[in-house]
Amino acid sequence: MTIEREPNSSSSASPLSTPAVTNFVGAAEPVIEEGPPSPIRQFLRSRGSGGFADKSFAALMLVCALSIFAIVLFILTILILRSRLSLQQFGIHFFLRSAWDPVSGDFGALPFIFGTLATSLLALAMAVPLALGVAIFLSELCPQRLRAPISFVTELLAAIPSVVYGLWAVFVLVPLMRDHLGDILVKYLGWTGFFDGFNIGVGLLTASIILAIMILPIISSIARDIMLSVPTSQREAVLALGATRWEMIRTGVLRNARIGIVGAVILGLGRALGETMAVTMVIGNHPDISKSLFAPANTLASVIAGEFSEATGDMYLSALIEIGLALFLVTIVVNAIARALVWAVTRGTPARAH
Amino acid sequence: MSSNPSHPQPAEDDSALRSPMRAPLTWTRINTARRYLVNHLVTVLAILSTLLVITPLVAILMYLLYKGASSLNLAFFTHIPAPVGEPGGGMANAILGSGIVLALASLMGIPVGIAAGVYLTEFGRGKLLATAVRFTADVLNGVPSIVMGISIYSLVVMQQHHFSAFAGGVALAVMMVPTITRTTEEMLATVPHAIREAALGLGVPKWRTVLSVSLKTASPGIITGCMLAFARVAGETAPLLFTALGNQFWSYKLTEPIAALPLQIYVYAISPYDEWHRLAWAGSLVLIVMIMVAVTLVRIYASRGVLKGAS
Repeated sequence: MTIEREPNSSSSASPLSTPAVTNFVGAAEPVIEEGPPSPIRQFLRSRGSGGFADKSFAALMLVCALSIFAIVLFILTILILRSRLSLQQFGIHFFLRSAWDPVSGDFGALPFIFGTLATSLLALAMAVPLALGVAIFLSELCPQRLRAPISFVTELLAAIPSVVYGLWAVFVLVPLMRDHLGDILVKYLGWTGFFDGFNIGVGLLTASIILAIMILPIISSIARDIMLSVPTSQREAVLALGATRWEMIRTGVLRNARIGIVGAVILGLGRALGETMAVTMVIGNHPDISKSLFAPANTLASVIAGEFSEATGDMYLSALIEIGLALFLVTIVVNAIARALVWAVTRGTPARAH
Repeated sequence: MSSNPSHPQPAEDDSALRSPMRAPLTWTRINTARRYLVNHLVTVLAILSTLLVITPLVAILMYLLYKGASSLNLAFFTHIPAPVGEPGGGMANAILGSGIVLALASLMGIPVGIAAGVYLTEFGRGKLLATAVRFTADVLNGVPSIVMGISIYSLVVMQQHHFSAFAGGVALAVMMVPTITRTTEEMLATVPHAIREAALGLGVPKWRTVLSVSLKTASPGIITGCMLAFARVAGETAPLLFTALGNQFWSYKLTEPIAALPLQIYVYAISPYDEWHRLAWAGSLVLIVMIMVAVTLVRIYASRGVLKGAS
């Protein structure tokens, strides 16, 4: 009985607790059913505690969640609809033809596929070793005091807008490549044949370098998270067997995290494939397939950015939208694979604030 | 096995590790020396690569600060762009335009994103649908912004028959949704079940529990997530190219093409005029400072709990 009196004495604090307590104690008569509704019930009703409010709230949340599906379906449908003309005209050969002639209406996406693949893979080749080095440093070697500032700085890189990278590339990287780096590359690596032709600063190589700088923070921060999610007991076990620190990292950390690291790299690839502004500004925008890394080129994304607004004629527009469709599908597949891999590793570890 | 059993074996091994040259050469010792050499080599490589990664960032920020600060003046914030060939002019209209488009995007994107995140943790826990939504959100997050741009162009601009601030807002909103959904979900997942159960046990309806207990507890993290999504789309250029289009003059109407800071930077950066290059640098500095200040401010407030009262 003291239990009943206690909440009543502090009535202003929680009027809600009274019916629960009465029922719990087992007072024979259910207070709510008989007579006029109790003040508590009235209070609850006035605050919207009914089945209706709950159900409509749940429905609203569900609709918002489903809207994410809707967005993806919408994008897919609209891209297919708008690229119908070129889909019908060229079919699958659109992606195998290298002609790009807006005047005569002859379109093929091969040069852009080549440009996208070449820049992305080159960027990955430059970024992945560095990113792994950073991730290893941050997760295994770095003194605790330095870890937060360096992580912050690498994540700052991710916050810089693409167009600002592009601006920097146009005014710093392009002159650097034209006047200094290019000569050095020709001198030492000219024999490979990848550095033939005229070096004007803009081209495949410059675009790849700026891409590498842009995808570095993504790969390194995800790889670091994955390495940190490897249990400490794994490291201790390897160290206890007499391994050096590198052997511990190699056998204890990297081997356990390899699937997730592959996922991080593929995520970086997904970003590189779709990166638009910075690449458009330094790649030279010319649909060529050339062996030389100095040659101007064009990627799937940069051709859309460069030519979409001046596309005259339905066929031109629909060819560009078909390129967008291809880019959409490719990045979806790449991202789905990457996410599945990252999930496979980090599932079960606590969520962290980004 | 050792000739001198009183001498502890580990000490002998240790000295061999420290100076493999002085000890008699055996394959084991060569191997140990090699292992330690590789260890040091990798350590040095990791430190070097970290330095190499930080260098471009410092270079970019320094150069931006140097170029931007030297070309920034009051006119930049008060004037609209000057015609080609005339000195001066600013990006006042672009700053306002960015503000309008971003406000529009936040109005549309943030509620939907948070609601979807709420569904994932509070209603869809363990359901197949929730997993599918989560996966789709992650995948949507990786869709290139230029594809978003041409989709919204086909969807909104082609229907309206003209470029508009509204279309730009929709494009950015769509890009915000998946990011916000995922952070909201992660933040809500950290709210202890006991708190929810306490509220439900007191007879508080579910919707009220979600709004006043779950969301309120997780609000600092959710606000940070929203800010990061905001910062990400604030610098986006590609989705605005064919939706907001850009404008050299003042424009406030949602149905008309509108200027935006990233767009203006892009146009000026690829132009052949020195005066415009100067403005592009100033614009970049302003854009980055705006993004950083917004993110930092909200982080500080969120951690101090000033915004926790908002439910």
